[in-house]
Order: sequence, then structure tokens, then C-alpha cells
Amino acid sequence: MIATESLSKRYPRVTALDRLTVDVTPGVTGLVGANGAGKSTLIKILLGLAPASEGRAAVLGLDVATAGPRIRSLVGYMPEHDCLPPDVSATEFVVHMARMSGLPPAAARERTADTLRHVGLYEERYRPMGGYSTGMKQRVKLAQALVHDPKLVLLDEPTNGLDPVGRDEMLGLIRRVWTDFGISVLVTSHLLGELERTSDHIVVIDGGKLLRASSTSDFTKVTGSLAVEVTDREDELLDLLDLLTAAGLKLRRSGHLLQVDIADEDTYDVVRDAVAGLGVGLVRMEQRRHRIAELFIDPESADDPAGDHGPDHDPGPRHDPDQEGGSSVAA
Amino acid sequence: MSQPDAATAAAPPPEPSAAPPTDVIHNIGYRAYEGPRLGRGYARLSLFSQSLRGAYGLGRSAKSKVLPMILLGVMCAPALIMVAVTIFTHMNRLPVQYTRYAVLLQAVITLFAASQAPQSVSRDLRFKTTPLYFSRPIERIDYVAAKYAALATALFLLTALPLVILYVGALLAKLGFAHQTAGFAKGLVSALLLSVLFAGISLVIAAVTPRRGFGVAAVIAVFVISYAAVSSVQGVAMSQERYDVIGWLGVFSPITVIDGFQTWFLGATSAFPHAAGPPSAVAGLVYLLVLFGVAAACFGLLMRRYRKVGLS
Ligand SMILES: Nc1ncnc2c1ncn2[C@@H]1O[C@H](COP(=O)(O)OP(=O)(O)OP(=O)(O)O)[C@@H](O)[C@H]1O
Ligand SMILES: [Mg+2]
Repeated sequence: MIATESLSKRYPRVTALDRLTVDVTPGVTGLVGANGAGKSTLIKILLGLAPASEGRAAVLGLDVATAGPRIRSLVGYMPEHDCLPPDVSATEFVVHMARMSGLPPAAARERTADTLRHVGLYEERYRPMGGYSTGMKQRVKLAQALVHDPKLVLLDEPTNGLDPVGRDEMLGLIRRVWTDFGISVLVTSHLLGELERTSDHIVVIDGGKLLRASSTSDFTKVTGSLAVEVTDREDELLDLLDLLTAAGLKLRRSGHLLQVDIADEDTYDVVRDAVAGLGVGLVRMEQRRHRIAELFIDPESADDPAGDHGPDHDPGPRHDPDQEGGSSVAA
Repeated sequence: MSQPDAATAAAPPPEPSAAPPTDVIHNIGYRAYEGPRLGRGYARLSLFSQSLRGAYGLGRSAKSKVLPMILLGVMCAPALIMVAVTIFTHMNRLPVQYTRYAVLLQAVITLFAASQAPQSVSRDLRFKTTPLYFSRPIERIDYVAAKYAALATALFLLTALPLVILYVGALLAKLGFAHQTAGFAKGLVSALLLSVLFAGISLVIAAVTPRRGFGVAAVIAVFVISYAAVSSVQGVAMSQERYDVIGWLGVFSPITVIDGFQTWFLGATSAFPHAAGPPSAVAGLVYLLVLFGVAAACFGLLMRRYRKVGLS
């Protein structure tokens, strides 16, 4: 779908992309990075709208430097910022955008109606967009990216500004773009957590450099761990430790917390059943995710999350560990 | 909001590399598009027609139709009255030259350009729709050309429609066919050039700011102030009987450029004081160069303006 080779983009003051080499395969790919990591810059280059300072990139096998218009007729783009004129209805706007993508008038109208329905916009679509909620606006923005039935969509922070419910709906919709519509997706976010559930592959960049690129399942192994706390009795804790080790889970103890690496979906059930079997009280069971910068650590040294991170990757104030903390599971 | 989405959102995490795109079993309701993709030229044309319609408020709210339609009405009303007078009083010529009509009603044309140029470009900047356009198959030059051509066409409709009314009226009044046709043709040529010039200048000014109000005020100011300045200095020259100076001064405001051009090249009677058009062939040539030079420069400036817009 997308292949970049040593792609760099330098602005007078900053290096937005630094020798980035990635290969994006069909499916949903999450592009994760903090603010200023270079996500939007990468999208700009992929659409053939900004020249790379160095290196090469191809989208759908077409060179971004020479085949910009061709790429843009086969790719959809959802910007991170607002882009909807308030005095026009969603239908009118999306029809116009469909025609701008080369669809003949009749096809543009037909596909607009279909696409707006698919993103969940019904009667509202005839009203001026100025009165829409953020959630509805994001849906229209998604619809205009999908209306010409592209092979690939580039979604820049589609969950921006949405509340938790709206966020889940948007992520579900994005998942369906691939599973139901067969359109590959590159979606950016600064939260690794929300893309883990949606993406088949994750690419993490920071300061324009590639930190990691792998399938989501590999990712979860490294990044996900489950903190289990039971009512404070030493024997039971040791029993639980043995039981979980016997079940084939990787875990370690810190104080009266057990850190269990999440191997797959069943990990939760195994832990829950083990706790229930021993008859101890479960104080909490909480999924933890590492901060983006911690992904520097390779899987081997990741066994020691308290270990020092080295002086050269300061996560800085923009990485908020709490934001990436997982959800608690009620006992 | 809608239930189906909430349901899918709660679905278990994705299995790595899900169904291939050809797996139609899951594609309930989604239809792929197999039809033609008409590409860049068609997209440019779509933007042109949308912008042209937008200049008259079509495809937009009822409120935005009011001003352009009123201006169109005001532009045509004098022509209708003149035609009526010509027919009923059996005059042997129209009360006004075809080429003079736009000069007389320049205030209306200015208002139209000032209100619709920002409508066309400032809105895209303000609501950040421009990046969406550039994510389509078009290039920067297509956007600029479509917007420029659309406003020029809108202005041409505004300036040419009253000329059509005059011409039809003149024929109904049985005025000389050859003479009227020649005058009408010259009127159309100068209306076209005026439209291109006015569209270019007002778009360049409007594209500077995403604030529509500023755009409107700035366009009016440029047209009105330049015309007032030229007229008053021409008035001074008139009082000193420097007719050649009057003829030269016209190059400094848009409507007087048109006046000077049509006086020299189309045999129109100048609206300058003392009807003093360009004093020499050199002056006539300068008017021509200014007219086309300014239009080309406006196009260049617009191209420059959108160089940085991209996706930011
Ligand atoms: N046109 C530009 N001129 C100069 N610097 C720029 C330009 N565009 C982006 N940058 C810089 O490049 C870096 C990467 O920006 P980019 O917008 O790609 O980040 P991002 O990952 O999309 O961030 P965010 O999460 O805030 O959207 C930033 O430091 C930014 O300031
Ligand atoms: Mg960004």
C-alpha cells in the first residue's frame, strides 16, 4: 500500500521526518506519535503535496514525486482540522467533493447518499453543517474521504475532540472501513491505546524517526501487561504466582502487585479464574501500557519496566503516562 | 448516535490481517465504485461551475442569493428603461454607447466583485476547505484557474446581460442593424476584458485574508480610492488644460484602464474629462500592456498565494 525509503523532510528549523523507512500492508495501520512527531507531514508527502527533502515514497505503487494527481484520485484524506463550510449541507458538500475526485454527477449523488448512510448520518444530512456536533462533523469528514471509493484512506487524528463514546464509534467505523468496505486505512493518533484495538499493524514514530513497526499482536505482547493486586496475604500471592506460571504466563512480582504480561485475549480469563479458584479477593486488575518513548526498549530489557531508560530519551511533558494507562477491570 | 456503530465498536479486537477486500460476504450494503474516474480536467470544471453558481448564491443559502440577484437587477434596470424610452419615443439611437454602459454602472460592478470574490476564496481559507481541494486530483494551477475563470464569468454575465438587453431593444426599435451589431460586439469585448481585470484584482485582495469582511472592504477601497484619485487628478489637469495628462492618468485605476483601452482600440468615446483618451499610439499600447499585465500579474500572485497552503 505504502512504502517509504529513507524519507526525510526538513523545515528550516525542524526535521519533521528523519530517514523514515516503513512498509504499510493492506489492512488498518495505526500511525502513532506524540504532537510534532511528523504524522501529518508524512501524510502530506504521501499525497504528493509536499516534496520530500530526501528519500522516496510510493503509494499504491505510484511514486509520490511524480504521480501526485493519480495517487490523489485513488486515495482518500481526512484532515485533522475542521474543514467544513458551515452554511452548506453535508449532502451538498460531499457531492461536490465526490465530483472533485472525478465522479460524474449522477454517481457523485448516489455515492454520497450511500456513504453518508454508512457513516451513520441520516436526516441531518440536509441541514447546514454549522449546526452539527463534533461527532457528526467527524463523520462527514470521513464520508468525504470515502465517497469516491478509494483504495486507501489516510485519516489524520479522526478521534480528535470526541468523547469516549464518540471515540469508540469512530474507531468501530474505521475498523469497518477495512473489514466491510475493503478499503485500507492509515490512521494517526497520539494514543497508542486507542489504535491497538483498531489496527492490524502499528507504526510508532517520534521526532520523525521510526521507533517501531510491527503487527498489533506483537505489540500487545511487549507493551501490554496486567497489574494484579489481591488482598494482602503472602501465601495466596505465592500460590497465585505458581498457578499463573504453571498456566504458561510470564509474570513477575513487585511488592504485592503481580505484573502479568498479556499474551493474548485469554490472559484476562486465566488470571480471573486463577484468582477465583484460590478464593482470594481481587483488589484490582488493571491493564498497563507503556509510554510511547518506552518502546525504545527491546522486548528483552522490557522485562524490567522500572529499569532506567537511559538519558537520551526524555519522554518530556507531552507524554502523559496517565493518558496511556489502560482501563480497569472491575473485580 | 446510531446503534450499528456502537455495536461494532464493542466487537473484540481485530484478528491480525482481516478479510481480504474481495471477501464480499462481509460487504453487506457496501457497493464498490466501478464507474469512470474523470480526473483532473473534470475536477477543475466542477470547481469552476460550483464557484460560478456560488457567485450568484446558487447551491447556497437563500440569504446568499439576495445581494447578487439585487445587483444583477440594478445592473439591468437602466438598460430596460433606456430600451423602453428608445422604442416609445422613436429615437434614432440608443441613449448610451454599449461601451459606456459598464463605466456608468461601475459602482454596481465593484460591489459585485467586492462581495463575491471573498465569498469565493476567503471562505475556503477561513473554513480550511482548501486543503481538501488539494487532496483531490487537481493541482494548484487548477484551483486558481477555476476560481479566476468563475469570477470573471460571473462578472461577464453581470456586464454583458444589460448589453444584450440594449441590443435586443435596439433591434426592436429598428435601429441600424450593422451599426448596432458592431457596437454590441465592441461592448462585449470590453465587458469581457473588464470582467477579467476586475476578477483578478478582487481575487488577489480577497485571497490575502480569511476574514470575509476585510476582503469586502479592501476590494471596495482599492477600486473606489484609485478611481477617485485618478478622477480628481484628471480634474486638476483639466483645469490646466493638460489633456494629454488626462489621457495618461487613466492607467492608474481599473475602470479607467478599460475606458482608455476601449477608447483607443474600439473607437469608444472616453468618459474622461474632455473625452481625452490615450493621447498617442504609445499611450494606447501602454493601456493594452497594463490591462493584460495586471491580469497576468494577478494570476501569478494567486499562484504564489496558494504555494504554501497545501495541507497545513
Ligand atoms: N510548514 C511547516 N513549516 C515548518 N515546520 C513545520 C511545518 N509543518 C510542520 N512543521 C514542523 O514539523 C514537525 C512535525 O509536524 P507534524 O504536523 O507532521 O506533526 P504531527 O505528528 O502531525 O503532530 P500533531 O499530533 O500535533 O498533529 C513539527 O515540529 C512542526 O512544527
Ligand atoms: Mg498532525
